[in-house]
Amino acid sequence: MGRYDSPAALAALVQPHQVHRDIYTDQEVFQQEMKHLFANAWVFVGHESQTPNKGDYFSTHIGTQPVIQVRHSTGDIHVLLNRCPHKGTKIVIDRQGNTGKFFRCPYHAWSFKTDGCLLAIPLKKGYQNTGLEETDSGKGMRSVGDVKNYRGFIFARLAEEGMSFEEFFGDSLTSLDNMVDRSPAGRLEVVGPPLRYLHHCNWKMLVENQTDTCHPMVAHESSAGTAVKLYEEMGLPEDAPKPPAMEIIAPFMSPYEFFEGMGIRTWPNGHGHTGVNHSIHSDYSAIPGYFEALCDSYGEEKAKAILDENRHNTVYFPNIMIKGPIQQLRVFIPIAADRTVVESYIYRLVDAPDELTARTAMYNRMINAPTSIVGHDDLEMYERAQEGLMVDGLEWVNIQRLIDEDEDFEVEAVENGTTERQMRNQFHAWVKFMTMGHKAEAAE
Amino acid sequence: MTVTRESLIDFIYDEVRMLDEGRFTEWLNLWLPDGHYWMPLDYQQKDPINETSLMYEDMFMLKLRVERLNGARTFSQKPKSRCHHVIQRPYVDQMDMEAGRFVTTTFMHYVETRLDEQQLLAVTARHDLALVDGALRIANKRVDIVNCDAAFRNIQLLP
Ligand code: FES
Ligand SMILES: [Fe+2]
Repeated sequence: MGRYDSPAALAALVQPHQVHRDIYTDQEVFQQEMKHLFANAWVFVGHESQTPNKGDYFSTHIGTQPVIQVRHSTGDIHVLLNRCPHKGTKIVIDRQGNTGKFFRCPYHAWSFKTDGCLLAIPLKKGYQNTGLEETDSGKGMRSVGDVKNYRGFIFARLAEEGMSFEEFFGDSLTSLDNMVDRSPAGRLEVVGPPLRYLHHCNWKMLVENQTDTCHPMVAHESSAGTAVKLYEEMGLPEDAPKPPAMEIIAPFMSPYEFFEGMGIRTWPNGHGHTGVNHSIHSDYSAIPGYFEALCDSYGEEKAKAILDENRHNTVYFPNIMIKGPIQQLRVFIPIAADRTVVESYIYRLVDAPDELTARTAMYNRMINAPTSIVGHDDLEMYERAQEGLMVDGLEWVNIQRLIDEDEDFEVEAVENGTTERQMRNQFHAWVKFMTMGHKAEAAE
Repeated sequence: MTVTRESLIDFIYDEVRMLDEGRFTEWLNLWLPDGHYWMPLDYQQKDPINETSLMYEDMFMLKLRVERLNGARTFSQKPKSRCHHVIQRPYVDQMDMEAGRFVTTTFMHYVETRLDEQQLLAVTARHDLALVDGALRIANKRVDIVNCDAAFRNIQLLP
């Protein structure tokens, strides 16, 4: 019996205005997250353009579970657990490839169709009358509980039963819609491999930071503030083209009022976004030919509406963030209570000018690379917090900025851009999905 | 100056020594104003612009990187990172005396450290050098990390 194997013990870690540090530091809580939260929630897997052709696969993780996204012979995408049902060998080990019509385990050559069904076993007569069909091993590679391809983005739920995709995401899908609509063809394509950055901190610190609007002007003063200072020292005339870095990095130094006015929206089940009214992405320069291409596809009115949305960071609970205006997606992959790998992907807007992809690639490397000066500012704060949380006797983390009495997270809300409501929303959802599995078990 | 193989090789040795000794302002002065420091993300990457790189920095970004190291509120550089290069003798791949353009390739081990952590990277650096006003300058530099697809910890200084 561990300290945290009861729903009551887990729920007690979250109070309306604070959360207990064990949520970030305790390995047993982490294991419970993998068992319940990451099984009950809909978790991002990959993008369909990573597996464009039949037999194409891409290997990744849902929480700590190794999975394979694969394009089946019928053209649809399946998500299989990356484990041979015979003795456990991982079926694929490279990050992506093409397996042809079937997977073949490299250990004893059991083979499986690309939907996981058992195809053949060498020397099969050795299993005659042994009852293999009755065992899990005889059933082929196991699939996840459910898969959804939403406008090219693949999500999966590990649990066999649970909330539907539509109920889980609800109106939060408007952020994904806006990102995809920005392509005149209504389609995105992944560009290159993701940046991969190892953090010595809990995965939730990164998720919370996505809507933490009171940190940029402080933690990023060293990078964004210095950029502004360098630019001023150059003494360029107003109308001279600014160094590209200024467009990307300088808005991080915007004052508190800017972030207050930006607004935060929260949706049920832990999703939310910053940048309801405007954002640090609002003032990017126009790319010639882009608006025209959008108008051709959608008509002027809709094209304007698409570009008028400048949502900053949209958090999809539990562990991704997207930036619609620059087609970036970051996934916070949990490794252990104090280990997280962040993968930052970018996508190309099909049929849009290349300059947009160039800006997106620039943003990705300037802000989110392990070599970035901005990303390093953030990492420093997370890791200091991870170490600071070991202090005994002061064991709660505060999340009460702009808290209201009786907040109802089951309804959508729009509030002042510096509220910590979205963090509270995430923890509300955390309790919900952490204890959901327990209840089902208890009922069995 | 007359550029010889030896002077090109010495240039590379002097450059890494500047970096290891933290003489970053002096290092910036080696660069031509329109140069780029490129560190690809993908193995054998061809395009620095329309794909993600680890770094593709113009002089403004490189100056910002150096300037930031000295800022009073650069919390993530308190204490500062330090670096150390061990390099093989550079290959001189091209010597175009007439144009004053030169290309070298250098294999190196790069160590960066801060507090209790130390990271070792095996890298290949390609330098495009130019003879301008009698001095060798860096026109462009490309640094490929052999395990570019790995999940990295911070890389804050300059391999
Ligand atoms: S472990 Fe896969 S076939 Fe034996
Ligand atoms: Fe930040």
